[in-house]
Amino acid sequence: MSGQNISRIVYPAIGILLIVLAWQAYIVAFRVPVVVMPPPTKVMSALAADWRLLLVESWTTFVECVYGFALAVIVGILIAVMVTASRGLSLMFYPILIATQSIPKVAIAPLVLVWFGTGIESKIAIAFIVAFFPMVVDTATGLRATPEDLLDLARSLKCTRWQIFWKIQVPSALPFIFSGAKVAVTLAVIGAVIGEFVGSDSGLGNLVLSANAQVNLPLVWAALVFLSILGMMLYAATVVAERILTPWVESASQ
Amino acid sequence: MTREPLPSFGRLSGVRKVFDRRNDSPLVAIEDVSFDIAQGQLISLLGPSGCGKTTVLRILAGLTEATSGTVEIRGRPVTGAQRDFGVAFQAPTLMPWRSIIENVLFPMEVQGRKDGAARDRARELLKLVGLEGFEQVYPKQLSGGMQQRAALCRALIHEPTLLLMDEPFGALDELTRMEMNDLLLDIRRLTKATVLFVTHSISEAVYLSDVVLVFSKRPARIALRLEIDIPYPRSINVRYSEHFNRLEQQASIALGVNR
Repeated sequence: MSGQNISRIVYPAIGILLIVLAWQAYIVAFRVPVVVMPPPTKVMSALAADWRLLLVESWTTFVECVYGFALAVIVGILIAVMVTASRGLSLMFYPILIATQSIPKVAIAPLVLVWFGTGIESKIAIAFIVAFFPMVVDTATGLRATPEDLLDLARSLKCTRWQIFWKIQVPSALPFIFSGAKVAVTLAVIGAVIGEFVGSDSGLGNLVLSANAQVNLPLVWAALVFLSILGMMLYAATVVAERILTPWVESASQ
Repeated sequence: MTREPLPSFGRLSGVRKVFDRRNDSPLVAIEDVSFDIAQGQLISLLGPSGCGKTTVLRILAGLTEATSGTVEIRGRPVTGAQRDFGVAFQAPTLMPWRSIIENVLFPMEVQGRKDGAARDRARELLKLVGLEGFEQVYPKQLSGGMQQRAALCRALIHEPTLLLMDEPFGALDELTRMEMNDLLLDIRRLTKATVLFVTHSISEAVYLSDVVLVFSKRPARIALRLEIDIPYPRSINVRYSEHFNRLEQQASIALGVNR
């Protein structure tokens, strides 16, 4: 492991440690009651005591996020391909698509629950609704940004439209697609938790609500820690996929 | 060297190109350009920047449609791109996501001929241009000159009968450019391809060509057809001969540089 990699782990670890120490010191010094804010020690004991429960609830949220994100990627790319392939479709539906984005997603959540019930389907649907828009925008931008000289090359070689799409437009849009996916994956987590808040009996979002109702603040915080780890893992997985599928982007910056 | 009359490869007659412009009068890019292309000839289209010589090349490549006039290749009128033509652009135009060898193989892939023989040929061409050992790297890891060499290999991979080159060495430094000129002459000797070469460098045009067509300022017309009667193979010393200078002078007078 290179020195740079080590410092990438050591520095954030020191940062977290400092914040935790400051947090503990503040709570001890000002005698903050646990119901307002639990000290790190209590959060840690909640993590230690309830890790099984936290893992089970995390799994539910994880599954919701993954399905919602996967749907957002697939549907987002398909919509982007359609609006870039046809000017008519773009003119007809792109403005409506943008208009729908001004509706706060939380406001749609109760409707989605009515349509899909309180099971996992409604959470997947909300995660999808929240996450798919950046996929559409970034993919469409990428498909439209195909370098003109590469299109000239393709025409000079009599490439078919299909060849131009798969061999030139898609690979040149891939870096854009991944920047959309990195935004979408974090939004999917938010969407899943919104879904769980509005109505569910499992998942980390649900655990936050029920622990809060029981004034079990350390467990609320422990659930937040798991949520943040979940979000980071999903983001990291997307970055790994990006490195594998667009290796030329990395080699350019070396 | 005695020259037998070469068989005809193609002919442009009365080619004219007008671009319609928004909020402006139409732009006449090319005004009545006609010339013959003989089999195996290297013809340079020499002219000032923006004179429309690139448009002539793009019409031949099937990337731009002529407003009027005809292009005939081997006696048949052609419109649109031809699979047996190779094009080298001003920029290397390599795909950043493909390794060098995959970029070179792209024309073969498009034509469904990316087999072992094509790979061998790609390796041979890369070796010829001095890119042996760089087959698997990405274009961004190479210098501009090396990228342009790879692009040249790509233009040659499908053994084109006509090689169209649009100022391919324009962005290179003087030394690299002279090296690339010699490389092009080597390639041309080995492949016997007919070459049309667009440039705004007088010495490059004279050094490379059998025939230099000097273009006027826009709208492009052929101001002078200059036969370069210096025998091949040519080497760097040719550039400093008196005869070479006289040919350069004739070209520059036709360009309107010497007044």
